[in-house]
Parts: sequence; C-alpha cells; structure tokens
Amino acid sequence: MSKTILKLDNVHSYYGRIHALKGISIEVNEGEIVTLIGANGAGKSTTLRTISGLIHPRQGSVTFEGQDISHTEPHLIVQRGLGHVPEGRGIFPKLTVRENLELGAFNLNDKAEMEHRIEQAFSLFPRLKERVTQKGGTLSGGEQQMLATARGMMLKPRVLMLDEPSMGLAPVLVELIFDIIKTMNEQGTTILLVEQNALMALSIAHRGYVLQTGQVVISDTAENLKKNETVQHAYLGVE
Amino acid sequence: MKRFLETINVRELLQPLAQMILFSLGSGAVLSVIVILLALLLDQTAAGQFLLERNKVTILTYTLVNLPQVVLDGLTIGFVYAAIALGYTMVYGVLEFINFAHSEIFAVGAFVGVEFLILLKSFEIIPATSLFMSYLWLIAAILAAMFVAGLLAVSVERIAYRPLRGAPRLVPLISAIGVSFFLQDAIRLIESLTTGQFHRIIPSFGNFDERLVFSKIALGASTIELGIQVKSIIVIVAAMLMLIGLNYLVNATKVGRAIRAVAQDRSTASLMGIDVNRIISLTFLIGGTLGGAAGVLYALKFTRIDPFVGFFPGLKAFTAAVLGGIGNLTGALLGGIVLGMLETFAGAYMSAFTMGAAGAEYKDIFAFSILILVLIFRPHGLMGENVTQKA
Ligand SMILES: Nc1ncnc2c1ncn2[C@@H]1O[C@H](COP(=O)(O)OP(=O)(O)OP(=O)(O)O)[C@@H](O)[C@H]1O
Ligand SMILES: [Mg+2]
Repeated sequence: MSKTILKLDNVHSYYGRIHALKGISIEVNEGEIVTLIGANGAGKSTTLRTISGLIHPRQGSVTFEGQDISHTEPHLIVQRGLGHVPEGRGIFPKLTVRENLELGAFNLNDKAEMEHRIEQAFSLFPRLKERVTQKGGTLSGGEQQMLATARGMMLKPRVLMLDEPSMGLAPVLVELIFDIIKTMNEQGTTILLVEQNALMALSIAHRGYVLQTGQVVISDTAENLKKNETVQHAYLGVE
Repeated sequence: MKRFLETINVRELLQPLAQMILFSLGSGAVLSVIVILLALLLDQTAAGQFLLERNKVTILTYTLVNLPQVVLDGLTIGFVYAAIALGYTMVYGVLEFINFAHSEIFAVGAFVGVEFLILLKSFEIIPATSLFMSYLWLIAAILAAMFVAGLLAVSVERIAYRPLRGAPRLVPLISAIGVSFFLQDAIRLIESLTTGQFHRIIPSFGNFDERLVFSKIALGASTIELGIQVKSIIVIVAAMLMLIGLNYLVNATKVGRAIRAVAQDRSTASLMGIDVNRIISLTFLIGGTLGGAAGVLYALKFTRIDPFVGFFPGLKAFTAAVLGGIGNLTGALLGGIVLGMLETFAGAYMSAFTMGAAGAEYKDIFAFSILILVLIFRPHGLMGENVTQKA
C-alpha cells in the first residue's frame, strides 16, 4: 500500500449560498491515477477548485503531503507541487503560446531547465511548436486544450489535476492525450482526472469515485467501476 | 557587457519610442492641417479682418507662425497626461476598476516634490548650485515623489479597495471617490498645519525656466520667438523615459508577463503560481510612482500647485485613457498625446478664430466633445479591443 498524497475529509464547499460539495471524502495515493466521474453539475470541477485553493471549504479539510491546505492560497499550493489544469482550459488569450507555456513553470528560474521543458512540450505536441508565436486566443479549441495540458505539465507537479482534458479534441487526439497522461503517470506523476469520457478515464485509471449532487456515491477500483451496473448505465452508455 | 546587452529586448525599447514619435507627429500633423484649412477659410471673413486690424497679420500667417510652438506645448502637456493616464489604465487593466483616487496620488506626488525643493531652498542648497547639481536635485525630488506616491497608492489599495474586492463594482468606485476627497483634505490639513498655506510655488532653480530660442519671426509689428523652455524638454524626456521603462517592464520581463496574465484571467494566473495580490499591489505601485513623478513634472511646468491640483489633470488623463482604450498601455500614450495636443491647439487658436468670443478658457469643450464622439463611434476607444474578447 503506497502512501496517501492527497486527502479530502468531509469537505463542504459553497458558491455563495449554493451548497456545491456536501461532505466529499477522497483519497489519492502516490503514483495513482484516480478519476472523478459524474453527471453535469455533480461537483467534479468544484472538488478540484477546492483542492487547488480557488475556493476554500467551509467545513472539512484538504490535506496534501500531510499538510492541511484547506485555507492556503492557490499560488502557494501550486508552489508545493500540486498542479491544476482548469475546466475551460484557462489559456491567456493575449499571450503567445510560448508565454503561456512559460507561465506554466512561473516559479522556475533556471533558464536551461525552462528551455528543456518547453522542448519536451513541443515534442509531445508538435502542433504547438508550429504556433509558438501565435496568441493563445487565436488557437483552435483543440489546440488550446493541448496547450492547457502542456502548460500543466510544465510545472512538473507531484500531483496533476486535469479537468476534462479531452474536451473538444478529435478522437485521435483524445487517444494522444490519454497516452500522454498515462506516460506522465508512469514517470511518477500522480493524477487526479475529471472526465466526461468515463470509459476512457476508467481504462487508464487505477481507482475512481462517482459523484452525484455534491456527494461521493460510489468509490471503487477502475476495474470494478467498469463492471458496475449503475455506472455502466449512467456513465458508460451501456443499455 | 555583451552578455547583458543580449538579454535586453531591444525591440520592446524601440517600439514605444517609435510609437511616441508617430503619435506626436501624427496628431501634430492632423491638427496642423485642420487649423491651416480653417485659417484659409477664415482669412476671407470678418475674423480675418478683425485680426488684421488688431495685430496687422492675416490669420494664416498668425496660424503658421504659432504652429511649432503650439505643437511643442501640446506635446509637453500630452506627455504629462500620458504618464498619469497609465496609472488609470494599468489598474483598470488588472482590476477593471477605475481608481478615482489616482488624481490625488498625482497631487501628493506634486506636493512631495515641491516641498522637497522648498526645503532645499530653505537650507540654501538651491538655487546657488551648479547646473549639474540642480539636475540631480530635481531628479531627487522626482524620486522622492515617486516613492511616497507609490507607497501611498499601494496602501490605498490595501485599505480601501482590497476588502471590497468581492463586492459589486460600484462599491469600490465609491470607496475610491471617498479616498480622493480624503486625500485632498489631508494635503490641505498637513499643508496648513505645517506651512500655514496651501498654495505652493516650485522654487526657481537651475536653468529650467530658460528658453532655448531657435529663431525669431517678424509678425506684423511684433516679432515672435520660436523656442522651447528647458523645463518642457525635461518634462517630455522624463515622461518618455518612464513610458519606455514601463512598456519594457510589462512586455519584456517575467513580472510583466505575470501582470498581463493577472489582467487576463486572475484565477488561472493564481493556478500558475502567481501571487495575484502581490501583482495587484505592484500595479498600484507602478501607477502610483508614475503618477507621483508626473505630479512633479506638472509642478515644474506650471509652477503653482494647491491641494486640488490633481482634479483637472486627473480628469483629463482619465479621458485620455478612455480615449485611447482603457486597459491598453499604448492607448493611454496615444490618448494622452492626442488630448494634450487638442486642447493646446484649441487654447491657442480659438480666440483668434472666433474674434475673441471664445477664448482659451473654452478649450476643454473640445477635449471632452472629442471624447464623446470617439466613444459614440468607437466605444472601446481608439486602440481598445472588444470587451467580449476578454476571456
Ligand atoms: N461560480 C459558480 N457560482 C454558483 N454556482 C456554481 C458555480 N460554479 C458551479 N456552480 C454550481 O455548483 C455545482 C457543481 O458544479 P461543478 O462545476 O463542480 O460541476 P461539474 O461536476 O464539474 O459539472 P460539468 O460536468 O458540467 O463540468 C453546480 O450545481 C453548479 O451549478
Ligand atoms: Mg466541470
């Protein structure tokens, strides 16, 4: 049993008066790929936002590498090595592809290392290399998604949270993204993955949680989830 | 040295310089053509007769002879406006909030600089000093003003704006107006308690009041000297250096990239590891230091200041920022230059063109009418982008 790197304990989060997370408890172990699945509005993105400090839980705790980060500011959480590629990509529209990538490793001051990581990003996504001086906002939706993922990898985080990384990508590119996520994981990055494409997500994940209206309703290994009837019915499109 | 030069992004240094020259020449040329055409028209009318009888010159000659001077004066005030406008536009770009207290930050800068120089004078350090030292003291006064105004701007944000960040947009705006009145009265109070008066005059020293004369032109009975005051040159050069420096900081440095990222998407910027609050403070610091320096330059040019000195330049600079497209640095530059030129042209020629009926005191009508027109036809200003583009 490897050790827990990220843990949510009975987390309640709100948007104003809207009670979005109603006591979520999740554990992610070092080296795992864990996926969150659930219908629209179930609270998947809110869970990630609560972990990365964009919103703070009103109750419960978020622990990263043994330290409580429930009320830590997002930039400090990132600096500890917990990355978050947000839903909707969050590309800076008026910055170039290169500038966007450099921001991914904002706190890295080693120039050679920065170049090295950018080269790595380009070798994974040659399309981005062709567009290096283009403004982020002028990229196609799929290209922006690649840029967002590449930018998330620039940080070389210990845990990377990805919110719907396959959104808007053509099928070949979906495969590519999932391959990349898998490779990253094999090289040591722990992954917390939110996906609409539950089948794909479960095929690379070790474990998964099913969320429904702000609560965890099922938690199991990916293998078992794929076989679970409720899951098949609701999220895998099996009749 | 060579290593160091390689890390400098020359393009980002030259580009704003080129833009400034372009905007200056462009707005100067356009306005010149307009007044010359007007003069040609008016030469045949009663207005022409009037001027001919009174000053023994035709309107055309009058217009042409004054033109270079008007352009230089317009540039001087235009660069002051641009430097103030940058403070509005920087803060707007990052927070989408209009910092109405910026005009008082400018006023505080003016007072700090002027009081510093008055203090030097009371110790008889100036004016009896070398020319070189005079310049150093002036620079010291500007730096002191930048320091105080910058710190003040950062404190204002911390105390009066940051706690309101989640509130509806109108709330921090009202807070800003409150801060503005507070600072005006604070200056007044401090000045009357310490000096017993609140009109202050910048001491005359160095060669700043001298006029460099290029040529003399006979105009009817009198002669007109064509020249520029040393202090105008100082204002223009200082403002240009600041504008180039700011452009470089924002467009060619890491911290500038963070500023732009925060301006475009605050929450994603924080996910990049950027301390958003620090960047916002920095934005106020930069805007405040530029505003403070502009205050001293303004005092140098117009000599006399009072606690309300910020009001009109502030309003004009805000107009300039909107004219150029608020949130856009190049726009602020363009807006400042255009507005400065426009009002100087209006001030110089309105009286002659209307037979004295509408004198220079009406020049502001022009500035603000143009603003309204621009906003009707280009709601985002001359260089502003469509707001919907903001992701
Ligand atoms: N900024 C917000 N303000 C108010 N309510 C919000 C906000 N963001 C999300 N919510 C609400 O919180 C709940 C959870 O939203 P969340 O974005 O976490 O869902 P999700 O599981 O990621 O859905 P999707 O699959 O559509 O991305 C929803 O009911 C949503 O309406
Ligand atoms: Mg979501």
